Amino acid sequence: MVQSLNYLKETASQTAGPYVHIGLAPGAAGFDIYREELGRDIAGPNAGGQEITVTGTVFDGTGAPVKDVLIEVWQANAQGSYPGMGAVEEGFRGWGRVIPDFDSGVYSFRSVKPGPVMGRNTRQMAPHLNLWLVARGINIGLSTRMYFGDEEAANAKDPVLSLIENPERRNTLIARKEGDTYHFDIHLQGDGETVFFDL
Amino acid sequence: MTTGELYQRDREWHPAALTPDYKTSVLRSPRNALLSLQNSASELTGPTFGEADIDPIDNDLIRNYAQTGDPIGERIILHGRVLDENARPVPNTLVEIWQANAGGRYRHKKDSYLAPIDPNFGGCGRTLTDAEGRYVFRTVKPGAYPWRNWVNNWRPAHIHVSVFGTAFAQRLITQLYFEGDPLIAHCPILKSIPDQRAIDQLIAALDLNATVPLDSIAYKFDIVLRGARSTFFESRPEGN
Repeated sequence: MVQSLNYLKETASQTAGPYVHIGLAPGAAGFDIYREELGRDIAGPNAGGQEITVTGTVFDGTGAPVKDVLIEVWQANAQGSYPGMGAVEEGFRGWGRVIPDFDSGVYSFRSVKPGPVMGRNTRQMAPHLNLWLVARGINIGLSTRMYFGDEEAANAKDPVLSLIENPERRNTLIARKEGDTYHFDIHLQGDGETVFFDL
Repeated sequence: MTTGELYQRDREWHPAALTPDYKTSVLRSPRNALLSLQNSASELTGPTFGEADIDPIDNDLIRNYAQTGDPIGERIILHGRVLDENARPVPNTLVEIWQANAGGRYRHKKDSYLAPIDPNFGGCGRTLTDAEGRYVFRTVKPGAYPWRNWVNNWRPAHIHVSVFGTAFAQRLITQLYFEGDPLIAHCPILKSIPDQRAIDQLIAALDLNATVPLDSIAYKFDIVLRGARSTFFESRPEGN
């Protein structure tokens, strides 16, 4: 026998289920209960930088929209600072909750474009949004990133995108720019399956 | 922000993405391997919440949606602590819960189960942990309900729990179950977890010491988030 390490084990994940909105976005479930729902406004009223709209659809392995998904966004501000790490604008939370239209499955949200963030070993990461997806049928939340299609030079040097061996798969993390809107579809499975991370 | 990098998540402890007995997972599970990523600021930072974000009544599901009186059901206190894998408390972190009512019906426009909506029960609550990582909710015990998976599947009584921690990579959603529920042994969603010890960790214990006599019974449920390394020796700046 040896000494016990006495670490605790992380509580196991369970699916958020089809009614995740009751807990995390009750307005979408069809009722009004809280003074203020959290996660409605990612960047707040004072955020500097380029305003953006992001839209897209999450698809399952048959190409059907995942209409009951809930996506959480975590991002730096336009200067590349995360709240808690550097100075950010008053009211900049950097975090929000996004749910699609229940009929079409199309999601859309507004924010500001994040700046580049210092990564490991002083290698700068291209601007990106961190996304976390939960839904019925997803046993443990799926983590991915959205990069910006108009940041080609920065994306080419990004240390995380560089880890993806197949360049085609790298493109699953890069949103397409049309006007002021970035289009970003997420494929949980099958053709064009999005790269998900074990963080 | 955590002080150090997080311990690797034990993927053999969590359910796999693909668990065919839980049928919906079949088409919603990635087929490619997850890309392992060492932590950067994007994973080690995370949103914070404060008293200004929530109201004191938000953790009282018996009162937070009451219209004409108390909701129907077995009154329970649900309490516990949020800890990390180093057994250190996680203070000031947001804990959110949601659940069916005592009849097993959710207040959701997509739920059509024949059990009635309770006019006095919303079914969600939220609170912040205190300095020692403690949280408490008051609610009614949810009912079991049938769901479409096999022809005859019943969910054990459960409450969904969402927790943040300090790093976005600690983010966790799970479900808590109740000691003694015979449906626990038959649930394909619970059985998506391969290790019985991990299942046992999701079962809240009857806690007679925390009951309110002649009022509410109590269950205790501790939640463990990923722990962070102490930085005894920093990686070389250009290392790995």
